[in-house]
Amino acid sequence: MAKYQFTVNGVQRTAELRDPDEPMLYVFRNALGLKGVKYGCGLGQCGACTVLMDGEAVRSCQIPASAAVEKKFTTIEGLGTPEKPHAVQAAFIEEQAAQCGYCANGMVMTSAALLAHTPHPNVNDVKQALADNLCRCGTHDRIVKAVMNVAGGR
Amino acid sequence: MTHSTTSISNINRRHFLGGGLFVAMSFATPALSQSSAASKLGKTNDPKDVDAYFAIHADGRVTLYSGKVDLGTGSRAAMRQIAAEELGVPTSRIDLIEGDTALTPDQGPTSGSNGIAKGGMQIRQAAATARDALVKLAAQKLNLPAADLDVVDGTVRPLAGGKGVSFAEVLGDRRFDVKLDAKAPLRKPETYKIVGHAHKRPDVPAKVTGTHVFMHDFEVAGMWHGRTIYPPSVGASLVSVDEASIKHIPGVKIVRVKDYLGVAAANEWDAILASRALKAVWKDGPTLPRHEAMKEWILSSPQVGDEVIEKRGDYQAGAAEGARKLKSTFYWPLQSHASLGPSCAIADVKTDGATIWCSSQSTHKYTSSFAKMLSLPQDKVRLIYIDGSGCYGMNGHEDAAADATVMSRELGLPVRVQWMREDEHGWDPKGAPQLIAQEASMTADGKITAWKTEMWVPKGTEKLPNIPLLAPESAGLPQVPGLSPGGISGGGLPAYEIPNMEVQVHWLKASPLRPSHLRAPGKIGNLLAVETFMDELALEAGKDPVAMRVELLKDKRGVEVLKRTAEAFGWDARVKPRKDGKGRGIAYTKYKNAETYVGMAMEVDVNVDTGAIAVKRVVCVHDCGQIINPDSVRSQVEGCIIQTLSRTLLEEVKLDGKRVTSVDWASYPILTFPLVPELKIELIDRPNEPPMGAGEAATAPVSAALANAIFDATGVRMRSVPFTPQRLKAALLESKTSTG
Repeated sequence: MAKYQFTVNGVQRTAELRDPDEPMLYVFRNALGLKGVKYGCGLGQCGACTVLMDGEAVRSCQIPASAAVEKKFTTIEGLGTPEKPHAVQAAFIEEQAAQCGYCANGMVMTSAALLAHTPHPNVNDVKQALADNLCRCGTHDRIVKAVMNVAGGR
Repeated sequence: MTHSTTSISNINRRHFLGGGLFVAMSFATPALSQSSAASKLGKTNDPKDVDAYFAIHADGRVTLYSGKVDLGTGSRAAMRQIAAEELGVPTSRIDLIEGDTALTPDQGPTSGSNGIAKGGMQIRQAAATARDALVKLAAQKLNLPAADLDVVDGTVRPLAGGKGVSFAEVLGDRRFDVKLDAKAPLRKPETYKIVGHAHKRPDVPAKVTGTHVFMHDFEVAGMWHGRTIYPPSVGASLVSVDEASIKHIPGVKIVRVKDYLGVAAANEWDAILASRALKAVWKDGPTLPRHEAMKEWILSSPQVGDEVIEKRGDYQAGAAEGARKLKSTFYWPLQSHASLGPSCAIADVKTDGATIWCSSQSTHKYTSSFAKMLSLPQDKVRLIYIDGSGCYGMNGHEDAAADATVMSRELGLPVRVQWMREDEHGWDPKGAPQLIAQEASMTADGKITAWKTEMWVPKGTEKLPNIPLLAPESAGLPQVPGLSPGGISGGGLPAYEIPNMEVQVHWLKASPLRPSHLRAPGKIGNLLAVETFMDELALEAGKDPVAMRVELLKDKRGVEVLKRTAEAFGWDARVKPRKDGKGRGIAYTKYKNAETYVGMAMEVDVNVDTGAIAVKRVVCVHDCGQIINPDSVRSQVEGCIIQTLSRTLLEEVKLDGKRVTSVDWASYPILTFPLVPELKIELIDRPNEPPMGAGEAATAPVSAALANAIFDATGVRMRSVPFTPQRLKAALLESKTSTG
């Protein structure tokens, strides 16, 4: 077992892991108890496991712990809470932009990353930014509307 | 607070009910049997008892116990709305417990788009009976006639004004002890203040802040993580296992029961590594058809009888009357539920009982399967529903639960199994393939005289209690064998006045892979056949597709839906396809020929060089009777449209003769954001009509409206799903050749 340190949601966290290649997805969910991040495919294809690493949206299933040492992560738990949601989360609630909600983590995190870089995207920008995030329930239209509401609509 | 944690803590908080017995029902002591949980609660689960649905607490809160579950549909809001309206309490005062077999009445599976239409109406009637009982009890306390009282805000008050008594004072923490009265008077829709309004869903804030407890996030003390090793071919038998191949991963246990093979470890990643590293030798199962050859397989497959599902007039005479003949054949492929989150469950099997946490749509129904599998009495098996990833029918939820059950039984500890992506795509039971052939006859002046439909689809086993699961099959544990593709022959009757008609099913003995119901089973393919054929007949008759339908449709609600669809879309009538790459199509259904009315119009752009199809705009007019929560209905309609566009444009399970090879999102793609069209949805609310389902109906016309739009754009009929660019390009080339 070896110790790995990361900054997660502004706090220094340590995980004791046997395998240096354990993907951060499992480190967040199991070692650190942050279960907002979801396993969807483990292949980087669906986006359910998206977190922010040094401000960029990344697929945590594709990042081994050894490559994440000293990185700064934001998970969905660090973005906002039901009582004090982030603007993106508030917009998702307002638009009721979740059905089963399993993909919501990736949708919210990817949208937050987009808006951090591009505060006023147009509809196509939003659709392109979310192009690799899959939703099976068909909530796409609401998700785009929610993001556009934060972006000031256009 | 998330919904799940609210209800979990709520169960623990509500210690006293009926006789004040303590409910020792925390999730840390899971192996509590159904009967003992119920008896400790002093609670009945008999759907005939009001106490099965409602408990009134001393603090004025109300618990609603629902056998139907919220699969992401919004029923968690709608069920509260129904109960709150009828009882006379605000929704905020109602706690909801769903799908726990020890606590909720068996209201049947949450399937077939009947959650509200059946389950909700049962809850409405129970609430009306409960209100009646509360008013009668209050009448005694107030010394007033019951007829002079009403319930407002959880208090029974004199209609004339003055002091009332609260629910808590009337019945706090005591049982109703009354039977559900099918005739208990219901509140009049014109007085509704809660039903018919867009209440926000209680689970959405937690779902978008990462605090909602999904099945995948739920933990039981001392649980291990299991993974099943599925064989390299369907129906394979296990020859040998090389235990040394995982020696490098400490603390992993192998579970081998006959042909079942799994690994478990305290650490989830270790279990995953072990499942990948474990070497085993398998003997292949029987050969399967390849997906490219499925139509041939269907036609050569043994049949177990024909069934005439509709006979109207005299088909032969009608066919003789109409000189102009049309024929068409349609193919709908095997499809996967393709849930975004692979299925997950936890089982804790003890010698005297088992508790299984899972996301099944049918917890009550599946207790019999798990009891049989474990050779336990049914009342010793408890299934507890926890939200999963959307399933849209029976995906892998129950199989993951069976995997966990086999491993827990062998290891003697609670085991959590989460399927991997390749397990979900590869091994979920599949939506069955369909082959549909139609013939029609028309007179010279455009009158349809005869219509015949033949379907070739797998037959469901009669009285099959449940769809058989993988783990008991491979582990040699008892279960009732059989097939169940869902109501696959449904919804295939043309809705139009056609004097002579015959609709017949040729039942196939087998299905290429284990079938199950996948959202609107059979209905989308059946309606694709019917509604594109109507387009062909309209063209043959020289009529506009909307005008032709309206002319032949006698159902007034149907006509209204069709006309409103055309109007909302801005339908430009024409009697010939444009063939300039831009097209529009329409389709109509009365779902299952009996339920929700849907009209759908679609606009597409087709790239005639590549065959690429871009759906630009979809208009849907939807009449499901009384609407409980318009925003949830709208959300379901959106989902129906987008998911079915995905199924129609992209989805087909691929088989190489041994196993499913489309086991990830690259080989089984689904619709992505850039391909989602503009949606315009109009809901018709009919407060005085019974509510009907909204979870499936709008799927049915999607493929047909799209196929009709493609025809308008190109003059080419798409008759095999998915409508891939390759297929359309080939059809375009063929049509060019044939027309010179």
